[in-house]
Amino acid sequence: MSAATEDAHVRGSGHEVHEMPGGHGSFRGYMTGFVLSVVLTAIPFWLVMADVLGNPRLTGIIVMGFAVVQIVVHMVYFLHMNTKSEGGWTILALIFTLTLVLITLVGSVWVMYHLDTNMMPPDHGMHMPAATSEPAPASGSAAPGAAPMQHQHQH
Amino acid sequence: MFSNPDLQKLLFGRLTLDAVPLHEPILLVTFAMVALGGLVVLGGLTYFRLWGPLWRDWFTSVDHKKIGIMYIVLALVMLLRGFADALMMRAQQAMAFGDVEGYLPPHHYDQIFTAHGVIMIFFVAMPLVTGLMNFVVPLQIGARDVAFPFLNNFSFWMTVAGAVTVMASLFVGEFARTGWLAYPPLSGPAMSPGVGVDYYIWALQIAGIGTLLSGINLIATIVKMRAPGMTMMKMPIFTWTALCTNILIVAAFPILTAVLAMLSLDRYVGTHFFSNDLGGNPMMYVNLIWIWGHPEVYILILPAFGVFSEITATFSRKRLFGYASMVYATVVITILSYLVWLHHFFTMGSGASVNSFFGITTMIISIPTGAKIFNWLFTMYKGRIDFDVPMLWTVGFMVTFTVGGMTGVLLAVPPADFVLHNSLFLIAHFHNVIIGGVLFGMLAGITYWFPKAFGYKLDPFWGKTSFWFWLVGFWVAFAPLYVLGLMGVTRRVQHFDDPSLQIWFVIAAFGAFLILLGIASFAVTLVVSFLKREQLRDVTGDPWNGRTLEWATSSPPPDYNFAFTPVVHDHDAWWDMKKRGYVRPVSGFQKIHMPRSTAAGLILGVLSIVFSFAMIWYIWWLAALSFLALTVVTIGHTFNYARDFYIPADEVVRTENARTALLAERV
Repeated sequence: MSAATEDAHVRGSGHEVHEMPGGHGSFRGYMTGFVLSVVLTAIPFWLVMADVLGNPRLTGIIVMGFAVVQIVVHMVYFLHMNTKSEGGWTILALIFTLTLVLITLVGSVWVMYHLDTNMMPPDHGMHMPAATSEPAPASGSAAPGAAPMQHQHQH
Repeated sequence: MFSNPDLQKLLFGRLTLDAVPLHEPILLVTFAMVALGGLVVLGGLTYFRLWGPLWRDWFTSVDHKKIGIMYIVLALVMLLRGFADALMMRAQQAMAFGDVEGYLPPHHYDQIFTAHGVIMIFFVAMPLVTGLMNFVVPLQIGARDVAFPFLNNFSFWMTVAGAVTVMASLFVGEFARTGWLAYPPLSGPAMSPGVGVDYYIWALQIAGIGTLLSGINLIATIVKMRAPGMTMMKMPIFTWTALCTNILIVAAFPILTAVLAMLSLDRYVGTHFFSNDLGGNPMMYVNLIWIWGHPEVYILILPAFGVFSEITATFSRKRLFGYASMVYATVVITILSYLVWLHHFFTMGSGASVNSFFGITTMIISIPTGAKIFNWLFTMYKGRIDFDVPMLWTVGFMVTFTVGGMTGVLLAVPPADFVLHNSLFLIAHFHNVIIGGVLFGMLAGITYWFPKAFGYKLDPFWGKTSFWFWLVGFWVAFAPLYVLGLMGVTRRVQHFDDPSLQIWFVIAAFGAFLILLGIASFAVTLVVSFLKREQLRDVTGDPWNGRTLEWATSSPPPDYNFAFTPVVHDHDAWWDMKKRGYVRPVSGFQKIHMPRSTAAGLILGVLSIVFSFAMIWYIWWLAALSFLALTVVTIGHTFNYARDFYIPADEVVRTENARTALLAERV
């Protein structure tokens, strides 16, 4: 919703309803998207089933990475997300949505991490896996409340 | 009732005759009054043969103007219910000291404050805002209807279905005793095994569908259907605030839906999202619901800001000061409203870094809001101000809302919040901004656009009476709560021991009585204005010497709004047209393509009520049946191809010629 893009929006969202800049894609576009999706699905399957890396955590992170790329592929080739469609409104809506999702996720994790550290009983079930697998690194913010979630409140 | 308990359970779930509160005299009297009132209304409709017109012209209408008006009627009806709850609470707290227990037992009092909050936010403020946007936005942007006219009708009936569900809880079963946000574990299956929380959940879920869909609808309308020449920076401010509000709705309401769905799973199938066992965490509910809840308050206030912007410019006879800064302030508030949610639970145990981050973002959000106040003041500065009723509401808002804003900034300081959290100071603060901001804004908007909707102005004497009772009543009712809050009195308390506090509650109750007079005066305004409608008639379509496009058409506007789509050159489009000597076209009319009325929305709304009722009472066969019916009707409606029609050119000519004649008569 920045001022610079506003005039562009309006020109694109004029009243010629039938003219769709970017259109509904082509056979070539859909094929590219399909092949990319298959490849991006097959690789994670292979990574997990053949246990290529031998490290579940690393594999998990890589699979998540592929999932993110997959989302982008779907949006570009199947949902025709580009900077021009609907006079820029779709990309603007996407950026806005991503911002809010990011705020919600990062904020919730941050807030809940604090609440969990400060408020939950020391031997609460949720702590166990994280606390035993490896010592949690101190998070970026050097806040007093954000100290590693070891059993700091055991007296 | 049945000799076989299994059969009864199968047929009626947990619904028994005990659910009807025959042992509660207050509820019985209420029920008698409601039934009597209902009979009078139904009888009147039958006697005056109004069922046909009501069905054809209103219930099944997809006209955005009719739907907008119906939203506002719904809100005003629900305001009476919500305000009755408020009066009961004020009366209870004014008398229940020491040995006197008052007239409301705790379990009833708890339902009342929950119902008051839920109804006032979801079924008064939201329908007022949605209704006003529905009515005004298409007219302001020179469109003939919203982007999806049927969806609009459907959204309205879903909101009604939610309201009906809440009202049903009054007479069948009970309502939640949890407070308006139903925090677990109190709202979980262990602490609230009854139907109260289920009524709450289903009412909000159903109404939420309506809210979300109308949000999508209005965004599409504003983005795609503006008159030629109306670039983003030439949109009227009210349309801008409506756009931002609907973006907030679409972004925020799914969070509420998801949170309530998880709470439902906890209650219906025994999951542990928000319990303390098996990895669940009730604090997650509080966190998530406020990620919706804080944007929600901006959803309510932004359109009110839009109303005030239009009114200030119109009644100061000046261009709005700082149009661009007003737009940027609105957009900045839209984004920032997502960064402040934690200030609702500073005391829940976050560390200093989290609390200071959210405290600071909260204080930052007051900057764009303050900029708006200054813009309005500068618009008034050296203007020729007419203190008509809408302008009175606006000035009353500026004073009241500024105080509410300042107590808000005070609460944004975490150490202060640790003292004031959950106290009556907080109650006073948010009533200060919601009554002083949203409600004043909506009443101003109703008074301002009433002549557009019905063709006659509201009576100014009774309008002013209503304003003064509301303004004075608000301060008398809530200033004592600020005092009590500073003394540490907490909210949601049914009985007090310290007699020295009583005087403040008595004053507050008197304030509520003044507000009652304000509401009564508003009702009198509607009646008196209807009786005096010939004197108050607006022939020109432009009773206030307005600035934006809605004043370019007749009052009330024809079904098609504009015979010719206007071309816009300035953000005060109608003012600009008048200045350049605009001549209304009187010939060359063509047939107009319009959407056709349909009953599908109403049917879906009724089925949703049945579905939610069945889910609340565990009547599984009925739930399955009504859900199936919902699906069938929804799919069936997609095969309805008779969706549009043309208003023939000669009918347009007739309508427009009648207006030409009226205008000529006046000159």
